[in-house]
Amino acid sequence: MNMALLPSMVAIPLGIAFFTYLLARKSSILADILGNLATFSILVISILLIKTRGVYVIGGWNPPIGINWVLDGLSNLVLVVVALISFAATIFSTRYMEQYTARYKYYSLFLLMVGGMNGVILTGDLFNLFVFLEVASVASYALVAFGCNHEELEASFKYLVLSSIGSTLVLFGVAFVYGATGYLNMASIGGIMATGNQNTILTVAAVLFIVGFCIKAALVPFHPWLPDAHPSAPAPISAMLSGVLIKALGVYALFRILFNVIGLNQLYGTLLIVLGLLSMTVGVFLAVGQWDFKRLLAYHSISQMGYVILGVGLGGYILATGGSSSVAALAILGGIFHLANHAVFKSLLFLSSGSIEYSTGTRQLKEMGGLISIMPVTRTTCSIASLSIAGVPPFNGFWSKLLIVIAAIQAGFHAVAGITILVSFITLISFLKVLRYAFLGELPEKLKNIKESPALMGVAQAILALFCIGMGLLLLPGPREFLLEPAVNALIQGVEYARIVLSGS
Amino acid sequence: MIYTLCFVLFLIGLYCAITKKNIVKIVIGLTLMEYSANLFLILLGYRKGGVAPIVSENMNITEFLATSVDPLPQALVLTSIVIGLGVTTLAIAICIRLYEKYGTFDITEIRRLKG
Repeated sequence: MNMALLPSMVAIPLGIAFFTYLLARKSSILADILGNLATFSILVISILLIKTRGVYVIGGWNPPIGINWVLDGLSNLVLVVVALISFAATIFSTRYMEQYTARYKYYSLFLLMVGGMNGVILTGDLFNLFVFLEVASVASYALVAFGCNHEELEASFKYLVLSSIGSTLVLFGVAFVYGATGYLNMASIGGIMATGNQNTILTVAAVLFIVGFCIKAALVPFHPWLPDAHPSAPAPISAMLSGVLIKALGVYALFRILFNVIGLNQLYGTLLIVLGLLSMTVGVFLAVGQWDFKRLLAYHSISQMGYVILGVGLGGYILATGGSSSVAALAILGGIFHLANHAVFKSLLFLSSGSIEYSTGTRQLKEMGGLISIMPVTRTTCSIASLSIAGVPPFNGFWSKLLIVIAAIQAGFHAVAGITILVSFITLISFLKVLRYAFLGELPEKLKNIKESPALMGVAQAILALFCIGMGLLLLPGPREFLLEPAVNALIQGVEYARIVLSGS
Repeated sequence: MIYTLCFVLFLIGLYCAITKKNIVKIVIGLTLMEYSANLFLILLGYRKGGVAPIVSENMNITEFLATSVDPLPQALVLTSIVIGLGVTTLAIAICIRLYEKYGTFDITEIRRLKG
């Protein structure tokens, strides 16, 4: 019965996006209500779907002829994360977006983006993945440019150019896979790969996919669009872009294709580890010197995505070289858990920065100071998120980083573990700077009259802050079997995915 | 051979998108890259002298399979052309807005962000 709810994960956001544009033209309150209703309902549905596993066949055409949507552990986890962050972002938007006009367009684009992401997460068909990828990307280009100021347009254009190149590479990858195997269904391709068929064309396709999705995920050699695009967007959109878009479109799709479709080997594992380490170190060093609050956060996104790629790549490398599978599971668990954690704390940081910007009108850390007495809510949530991202116990970021470090040491990668801890310390320094300059010190003369941001914005921040504190509990044996364990198993099973999906339909 | 030409088209598009200074030319480069991907997909399904992939009742299925072109890439390309249209439209809209703000199409003068 629950499987019947699956299409609504995409249908609700796309449908309400359409009706918001049609009906809420005159009334921005109606736009607020529709937007929040949509994200709230997908949050509820994604939670209802937590224990469901299965395949939804669109139009009754069985794969490989038709398109199927697959709900397994990994897609489940990412769906819940996307729904949670978008719900918090829409609550925040109701007050924050009062600064802008045309709110019905904002919510319409926002829901298009959410629908596209849900589609990418659920789909079991390569071309379908490309289509949803583009739906979400095009909506996000427009959202980055939403303010229509100099910087926003420039950032959006840069993002559009680089991201379109990434999409084209992904399309080429799809074409290569189709040419080599004659299938577009992920499970059917995985089935061919499971028989031990090694094909050089598929290696080319895998490289195209890696480059394409790395551009979408802004890993280090391909990162230049991110620090411009993410800060330029309105704060709730920055939270969505940094929090979930780069994960759903980039990292999730990359993992899905490498692990479950093409099948991981040592080469791809090494590549992921190298990309992860590069992103981690380069991102964090670029972040330390920033004085623009949101730019600093954007650089940290690059660095933290490095952790995710590193954790999962390490797991994949260990699996491919025939190492201990429990260590591999630990590394992948660390990576996946960090993905969820990063979504929560980075969105919270961007929302906090938006709330500071809403009150003070500036993003420059040097122009702030002494906000501790004026903005107690924002100050608390921002501190919680900063400590989470820096990996201070007991907040959630600590647990996932700890898992990655333990896995690296157990696998014998001592240097990797060392770099991970070092990067974590630099992150801590950088966020101590943020807290010091924004909240402590003298209150500047021109900020004497500001007030705490509106209550609804505080509510959105508080929800995410609670998750920051509580998400460590997900690692306890009971809750772990709900979300994290199935997500890890979904990746570890590798090309076994094919058998499960094809027999399930 | 023909695949090589397709790849050359892709490289021309990439070159255009990376080196050109005029933002409209960059958009043209993007569309060229998209076309090369579409062309590549079509070529995958093409068969020289193949028949149209429509099955009628009095047709030998095995002979049909051996002679018809592959219809699937054509469906894919149709979708991807539409997507490409959307992206190009948005890109051009942003170009127009940029021109309104900066008064130029030159990317070297549109540099407020540090990158």
